[in-house]
Amino acid sequence: MDEKKQIELLMGNEAIGLGLIEAGCQVAAAYPGTPSTEILQAVIDRQQQAVEPLHIEWSVNEKIAFEVALAASYTGKRSVAMMKQVGLNVAADPFMRTAYLGVKGGMLTVVADDPGPHSSQNEQDTRLFCLQGRVPVIDPASPAEAKQLIGAAFELSEKYEMNIVLRPTTRICHSRQNVALGQPLELSRHADFKKDPARWAATPAFLPALHRKLNDNLAKIACEPDWQPRLTAGDGSYGRTALVAGGIVYAHLVDLLDELDLAGRIDLYQVVMPYPLNPDFKRRLEDDYERILILEETYPVIELQLDHPGAAGKQTGAVPREGELSPDVIYTALAAFLELPPPAEQPLERRGQRPSLCPGCPHRAAFYSIKKCFPKGIFPSDIGCYTLGMNLGAVNTVHCMGACISQGAGFFQSYRQDTSEFPTIVVSIGDSTFFHSGIPALINAVIQQTRMIVVILDNATTAMTGGQPVPHMGIAAGGRPTRAIAIEPLVKASGVDFIECCDPYDNNRFEQLLNQADAYIRSPEGGVAVIISRHGCLMDPAVRKGQETATIRILDSCIGCGKCVGAFECPALSLDTERKLALVDQDRCVGCGCCIPVCPVNAIVKEAKS
Amino acid sequence: MKQQIIVSGIGGQGVLFLTRVIAQVAVDRGLPVLTAETHGMAQRGGTVLSTIKVGNFASPLIRTGQGDLGLLLWDDNLTVHRTLLKSTGTILLNSEQTGEGIRLDAAKLARELGNAVLLNLILLGRAVREQAIFCSAEECVAAIRKLAPQRFVEQNLQAFQKGLTS
Repeated sequence: MDEKKQIELLMGNEAIGLGLIEAGCQVAAAYPGTPSTEILQAVIDRQQQAVEPLHIEWSVNEKIAFEVALAASYTGKRSVAMMKQVGLNVAADPFMRTAYLGVKGGMLTVVADDPGPHSSQNEQDTRLFCLQGRVPVIDPASPAEAKQLIGAAFELSEKYEMNIVLRPTTRICHSRQNVALGQPLELSRHADFKKDPARWAATPAFLPALHRKLNDNLAKIACEPDWQPRLTAGDGSYGRTALVAGGIVYAHLVDLLDELDLAGRIDLYQVVMPYPLNPDFKRRLEDDYERILILEETYPVIELQLDHPGAAGKQTGAVPREGELSPDVIYTALAAFLELPPPAEQPLERRGQRPSLCPGCPHRAAFYSIKKCFPKGIFPSDIGCYTLGMNLGAVNTVHCMGACISQGAGFFQSYRQDTSEFPTIVVSIGDSTFFHSGIPALINAVIQQTRMIVVILDNATTAMTGGQPVPHMGIAAGGRPTRAIAIEPLVKASGVDFIECCDPYDNNRFEQLLNQADAYIRSPEGGVAVIISRHGCLMDPAVRKGQETATIRILDSCIGCGKCVGAFECPALSLDTERKLALVDQDRCVGCGCCIPVCPVNAIVKEAKS
Repeated sequence: MKQQIIVSGIGGQGVLFLTRVIAQVAVDRGLPVLTAETHGMAQRGGTVLSTIKVGNFASPLIRTGQGDLGLLLWDDNLTVHRTLLKSTGTILLNSEQTGEGIRLDAAKLARELGNAVLLNLILLGRAVREQAIFCSAEECVAAIRKLAPQRFVEQNLQAFQKGLTS
């Protein structure tokens, strides 16, 4: 067989997914979230390569994914839970206790961080989370390395019976590289849960001993030879000076040193396992170097542990404390540290075009109607494509998965204390987010007698992350048919009496329902009103194909007021300010016609498609 | 051989597909390659950027002023991403207007083929014709055949050919 067939172009997330299959992982559970999503998708796409049974699931949330993988590990099999960095907050409860109780079969938690952030609500650092949770964490510097470390990480997990975290960042997850393929391991394990209540159901009486064991394990893991910082020695040009870096930042630094002709001239350490760090490494840096530059994303985790008297890093202000450490940022820090001339060219700080809901997106139609009906309303919203409802002024708060319903309730309680008049609160939440963590919040809102409108934006998919299945569609990971759990009975069982469903493309009916809901929440028997805004996601080709489409034209009677561009904000519409005329970009327009009722002079018309 | 390439556009224009085609050519030729791509919210019509580094590199990101070639699918992005390229770097862009770089109305050519999204491969064809990119026409055709969904292969190849001859 020719050698070339063993190399494939893989995205970091695909490399990790394939690495999991090759390492004999048998249970893989995840909740989608950028930049982690494609890992489980890769496991789904390549499951036929597994040589043993493999259960794959899109769990309802990250806590559930973690607990499913955890119990699978109790039976002696290899398992993995996968999520984005803020997903670990959702899974924090079982994650923290697992450090004490441990695992049996190898268990990895893959948590993808998002320095920048590019597509997240914060820049939290999973390595620091691991330091607090006392969980070993691995920080790969390339897609190929991420894949290569997975087998060894499972072995480490089994040797110490501990959960191990693999922390890729966006630039690993969403980079592609030529990656070597391997043969999947055949472990021939059979589920064998050995009952041990002192461990798996440990009461406080057992925890001091478990805590002691955890501390002993961490001390030993810190000294594991395969996981030590790797030194590329310099030629002595820069005596008693070293560079210390981890993750993708190490890779940026390698290229930069090459570009500056500094490769092999200064001692360079790659920290592969940033926690726990070997105390000998710390001592060695103190003894051998007067000055070290520490480069890491996003928090000073290595820097905190090293506590080196000659350190330059985030704590000393030598490296920016926030944002991605791009090659340009690293150049500036390195030049200052080594007293090189500062970089000649400064990167331009321009963000370009802002993202926007797609042309034809049903959320846009829903948001336009919400804003139109309640110009003075308060609009808590949530995590997903529909966050972009901000562009229409119909999203006022975005916090974390499921927060909008509880925040809506909090707004109501606070306003209601002051006066019997309260603003109309319209919460918007996507279908996947509703299942993830919206249901307990809805029950809470009902029992606390909240009066507000909850719009569930049901587009039948997890759109933002690329269309993962949702529980009400009756489809599980990889298209496997399963029981569908409908939204309406869940809402009803949560104690909601006002439930309506409407396609937001039908703006008249949708607005009528919004007004009815407003009357209901203000009536003596009123409470929470739920409207399900139901229309499939336009990213799904079947939805596009299944709906009527027309050619949208602007008549000469257009007055150039810009309402369709500003208030409706469809990317297919723009304004020619000189000619005072709205324009339709026919390449982008999907012909849904939702913009037609927006025009105050009826200058937007549709014609049959030619 | 070392080449640093940027592919710039807005979400939905086929920046990712073009990135994969170019990287696949490198893999097929046995060259090391790294790309960095924009996924997530920016894909909803926002500015997206891919970087491709062919040859012996460790990092997928391109530092300011280091890019050899820019393929710009959205001409407004020139002001945003120009600084990534060397002052001597080659710029190819889809544009109806005149200005810096090699310009062609690739969107118009793509529409003639039935879909504006094909402009990504028209631009690639032109880059090959200009010998601005490390790939040969045959290598690009092989990569397109490998990566395009079956029913779009012919249309994609037509677009590439159009770029090659435009």
